[in-house]
Amino acid sequence: MNIIVCIKQVPNTAQVQLDPQTNTLIRQGLPSIINPDDKAALTEALRQKEEKGAHVTVLCMGPRQASLALTEAIALGADEGVLLCDSAFAGSDTLATAYLLSLAIRRIGGYDLILCGRQAIDGDTAQVGPELAQRLDIPQISYVEAFTLQAHTVLARQKWEDGYEMLQAEMPCLLTVMQNQKQGRLPNLPNLLKAFQTREIQIWDKSHLRGLEIRRIGLEGSPTRVVRVFTPVQKGKCLRIEGDPKEAAASLVNYLKKMLTN
Amino acid sequence: MAINFDDVKNIWVYAEQRHGKLMNVALELIGEGYRLSREMPEGTKVCGVLIGAEEDVKPLEAELFAYGADEVYVLADPLLKQYTTDGYAKVLTDAIEEIKPEIVIFGATHIGRDLAPRVAARLDTGLTADCTRLDIDMNHYINFLETKTTCNTKGLTPEDPKKDLLKQTRPAFGGNLMATIVTPRTRPTMSTVRPGVMKKREKDTSLKGEAINVKVNLTAADIHTQVVDVVKAAKEIVSLTDADIICSGGRGLGGPEGFNLIKEFADKVGGVVGSSRAAVDAGWIDHSHQVGQTGTTVKPKIYFACGISGAIQHLAGMQTSDCIVAINKDPDAPIFEVADYGIVGDLYKVIPQIIAEWDNAEDLLAERSK
Repeated sequence: MNIIVCIKQVPNTAQVQLDPQTNTLIRQGLPSIINPDDKAALTEALRQKEEKGAHVTVLCMGPRQASLALTEAIALGADEGVLLCDSAFAGSDTLATAYLLSLAIRRIGGYDLILCGRQAIDGDTAQVGPELAQRLDIPQISYVEAFTLQAHTVLARQKWEDGYEMLQAEMPCLLTVMQNQKQGRLPNLPNLLKAFQTREIQIWDKSHLRGLEIRRIGLEGSPTRVVRVFTPVQKGKCLRIEGDPKEAAASLVNYLKKMLTN
Repeated sequence: MAINFDDVKNIWVYAEQRHGKLMNVALELIGEGYRLSREMPEGTKVCGVLIGAEEDVKPLEAELFAYGADEVYVLADPLLKQYTTDGYAKVLTDAIEEIKPEIVIFGATHIGRDLAPRVAARLDTGLTADCTRLDIDMNHYINFLETKTTCNTKGLTPEDPKKDLLKQTRPAFGGNLMATIVTPRTRPTMSTVRPGVMKKREKDTSLKGEAINVKVNLTAADIHTQVVDVVKAAKEIVSLTDADIICSGGRGLGGPEGFNLIKEFADKVGGVVGSSRAAVDAGWIDHSHQVGQTGTTVKPKIYFACGISGAIQHLAGMQTSDCIVAINKDPDAPIFEVADYGIVGDLYKVIPQIIAEWDNAEDLLAERSK
């Protein structure tokens, strides 16, 4: 059983603060983490490894320092890591990223299962997984809460807004996994030592990807283009209602009543 | 397969249905598509696209026309009775390649977010996720930037080179930023749009039309996943997007029992219970109640934020509410920056008083039930 887990290193957006003067993001000192849904995917892969035996390869695209995410993954129990790193890859949108990942996965080869996180906390698009599955021409199951592996198939629990479905797919296939509460995992000492002595992280640039078409990658090769980034303005016209709770509540209900009847 | 720019025409809305019932967001997007189509070259139409088994989708045609669709396409086949990524992606991609719409929009539901990227990759075109605003008209867009954002619009004119492109605006970076994204060189432009953000048109049953049946070319061998079981949640479905009034609680409640008061409050005012991410992460309430960038986007008539400090990711999901009321002990809490009315005080003292006062406002209740 060969499992490839795609992970992304992201800034911890839960800790972002705005500069109150300029209304821009304070990016400095923002810690980088493995994207939470991707970490859930990794945890599930390692669980399979423990229960049934599997070789787990972790694949990441990003700048040089993103190899730290791979080191962490190996410390947690993954067998090897591949970092896709090239200035030509920078600025790739979801479709261009999926294309690059598909070429890397073809080079790794021999996979039974691809696991991705459902979505990344910096982009929240949830697109790379399904676009990658299409590029590899394999079935996908998204929004996976849990899954089990059978001889040649995967049985996965897909979350819906109002319940869930149990879906079965032939392997090879791709699952996008959601974070859940039971996925905390700590590195053990042998894995930790391996992670820091490892030669198992390979760094691949564009020369490693056979058949790569430059016109399909990077900023220029991406079909979508970000033209403007901004922060919303705050309303800043809050009417503060003073008085003891009873008076304040009475005034508030009065205002709301007027607003709704206008 | 690339689609030629000169051939494309019209806006398609994926009219998502489940078990023969249209999702609300489908009608919202017909409304938005109608608005956008009238800003595009004359004759541009908004078209609803139904996919499913014939007995499920046929009865929905009239509803799409009544809510403003100029045309309705029907892709029906027994193999489409249940949603499968492979089946739906294949027939929709085939139809797009054949009929060549300029824009295709989907509700950002689980199905929409599963289907749209698969179709976009087949078509080699751009897809923008979770949009909260769409613009064609440059004046509308510039006005939005000037009044609702900190964006510098200097040098931006109605004759901008992007004037004919669909400008897709969405929260980014965990809701800390907004970004506008275009798809300049491939067609169709594809987007998923958050449920609850766009406006339905007034239903007009005098609007009628003849649906167009599109030939579907699908075999069982095209579908590689199998639905083994469908389980509906036993718990009550929280319909945040449809609610007129939402009472949300956050970390300021101090513990899970605080939601008892929020529930009582919501029951009194005829609203539903929402929550911040902090309260969900603390395990005080189920994720289905969560409002915000990683939860549900809402736009009620009144949003009560109780003990919610106003993290940006929360604001991203509720700041377009008609009226926001903040109740918080901390006078400097960011929630007051977006609120219309604020009460600085202990929510455990303030809310019971609002509940008591609400009974004195029969007019208000009467107005709401209209």
